Amino acid sequence: MIRYILHRLALAVPILLAVFTLVFLVVRVLPGDPAVAALGDYASEEALEALRERMGLNDPLPVQYVRFLGNMLRGDLGRSLINGKPINEQVAYVLPYTLMLTAAAVAIGTVLGIPLGVFTALRRNTWIDYVGRIFSLAGLSVPAFYLAILLIFLFAVRLGWFPAVGGGDLAQDPVGSLRFLVLPAFTLGLIMTASVTRLTRSTMLNVLREDYVRTAQAKGLHRWAVLLGHALRSAMLPIVSLIGLWTASLIGDSVLTEFVFSRPGLGKMLVGAILQRDYSALQSIMVIYAFFVVVINLLTDLTYGFLDPRIRHSQSAQ
Amino acid sequence: MESTLPAAPAAPELRTQRQRAWHTFKRNRTALVGLAMVVLVALVAIFSDTVLIAPLTDAEPTPLLAPYDPTIQDPRNRLLPPSWEHPMGLDTYGRDIFSRILYGARVSLMVGILSVALGGILGVILGLVAGYSGGAAEQWIMRSVDVLMAFPSLLMGLMVLAVLGSGLTKMIIAIGIMLAPGFVRVVHGATLGAKQNDYILAARAIGAGHPRILFRHLLPNILGEVVVLASIWVASAIRVEASLSFIGLGVSPPTPAWGTMIREGVQYLTTAPWIALFPGLAILFTVLAFNLLGDGLRDVLDPKSYQ
Repeated sequence: MIRYILHRLALAVPILLAVFTLVFLVVRVLPGDPAVAALGDYASEEALEALRERMGLNDPLPVQYVRFLGNMLRGDLGRSLINGKPINEQVAYVLPYTLMLTAAAVAIGTVLGIPLGVFTALRRNTWIDYVGRIFSLAGLSVPAFYLAILLIFLFAVRLGWFPAVGGGDLAQDPVGSLRFLVLPAFTLGLIMTASVTRLTRSTMLNVLREDYVRTAQAKGLHRWAVLLGHALRSAMLPIVSLIGLWTASLIGDSVLTEFVFSRPGLGKMLVGAILQRDYSALQSIMVIYAFFVVVINLLTDLTYGFLDPRIRHSQSAQ
Repeated sequence: MESTLPAAPAAPELRTQRQRAWHTFKRNRTALVGLAMVVLVALVAIFSDTVLIAPLTDAEPTPLLAPYDPTIQDPRNRLLPPSWEHPMGLDTYGRDIFSRILYGARVSLMVGILSVALGGILGVILGLVAGYSGGAAEQWIMRSVDVLMAFPSLLMGLMVLAVLGSGLTKMIIAIGIMLAPGFVRVVHGATLGAKQNDYILAARAIGAGHPRILFRHLLPNILGEVVVLASIWVASAIRVEASLSFIGLGVSPPTPAWGTMIREGVQYLTTAPWIALFPGLAILFTVLAFNLLGDGLRDVLDPKSYQ
């Protein structure tokens, strides 16, 4: 297992490096002059030149690249072009909000999705199954921002149960901020529930036809033992990989969810950076997101290896 | 999702593969409903400015469905709730929302289909080459795909749009680029499987060149998978277009686009919720249509469902 972990880790490093390089290059080809973005259209040429010099924009590209990599590896994200504050501080402030949102959404998706999937598979072609399938297709089709608006309309505007916008104060009043978490978490959580339900259902249907399930039934095992110990256990592999994939793509949807709810977070910071053309913030946030995706994929691979011994043996044998 | 009916037994009189596929398709309710919904949206998109709603010039015949110009403003009646004359109400400028939704089908459908076409063509070519040639080309292409896939798809779209600037064409390019890596991965996998077949060996033995093997022998065999994927990804392309328009990076006003309409309506959620809620239903309907069609096609094109 340790060899397998090392092998996977070794594969993740070059990808991460390439991701850093890509972000660096993309930000360099963005239209517009970062100095102008920072100082405004009416700044004098001397002021612009001084800022360019200070930001190191006059150095040759390879020099800038090496400095960028060095800063990223030391965890120094630089300063915002718009307000001059260190990006590290901003990220440290918003990151807990985004992590909480993502964790809550994944929890909702898993806790609702897997039992619903198993249940609809067992009740195949009954009305429960049809309702479940319509629900999951609708969940796969609805854009996150629209579901967010629907939830705001119902539970904030009409019923007034939860606040419509904001994120609460996580540092001062962590319990009170949970009220702000409910609607955004269910926005992402319900979308994730839809795909987890769908995949669990179809995987369970395949697994329930397997010979070893029939064998387990035939030797008189209890219905639940067959279901949980034999069928669900082998169905878990694709489900785990989907949960990994979805956590990664949830990050994309979380950008919009944070934007709609005006909730502090990486996503809201990213949209702000794009609209304000704050290139140094944009660059840092893209790197952080890509880093998360690579780590999530790595964890998914490792869970895979843990659940299925064949995978870790074939990999470490290479 | 598998078909709602048990798979049809392959009837012997159905000779060609196409006839067999159509036979299966007809019996698949999911696919038929999806197809009907897609056709409906397509008809709306094609005929919206000539038949369904009033044309921009007033010298045309009476329109069928919604007799309002989607850009004409009626400031005295702004924020009018839904009524018989205006089934979905009026927006902040007094424009008829129903007319704007009908018209907005164009942007969604155009972005959805053209971006998938772009991503699909790029992806199929690179995926075929990677899977067929192997070696260094395969390594380069597939490792680049890994890198691009490290960005959540919406973020890729955002990043490309930030480079290109906003607008319809740029939106299509951004979403096309966003989708391409996924196509490459699937086509690469399918090609690896298909090239093991004996007919490829046979084609090579009789002296067929690489382009001929690629496009006459390999491509037709993986096309089914590509079509299913394309249908489902038109759905996600439309969703992403709406999301980017909602953020404010989409087609510039006054051209009606569903995402932009919701963006304009969201601040009136307490007083005039119809502005934001109705365009969202249009998005949901269209995305659902392509998802249903894709699901149905998957059952039809899966050779196992003939057995």
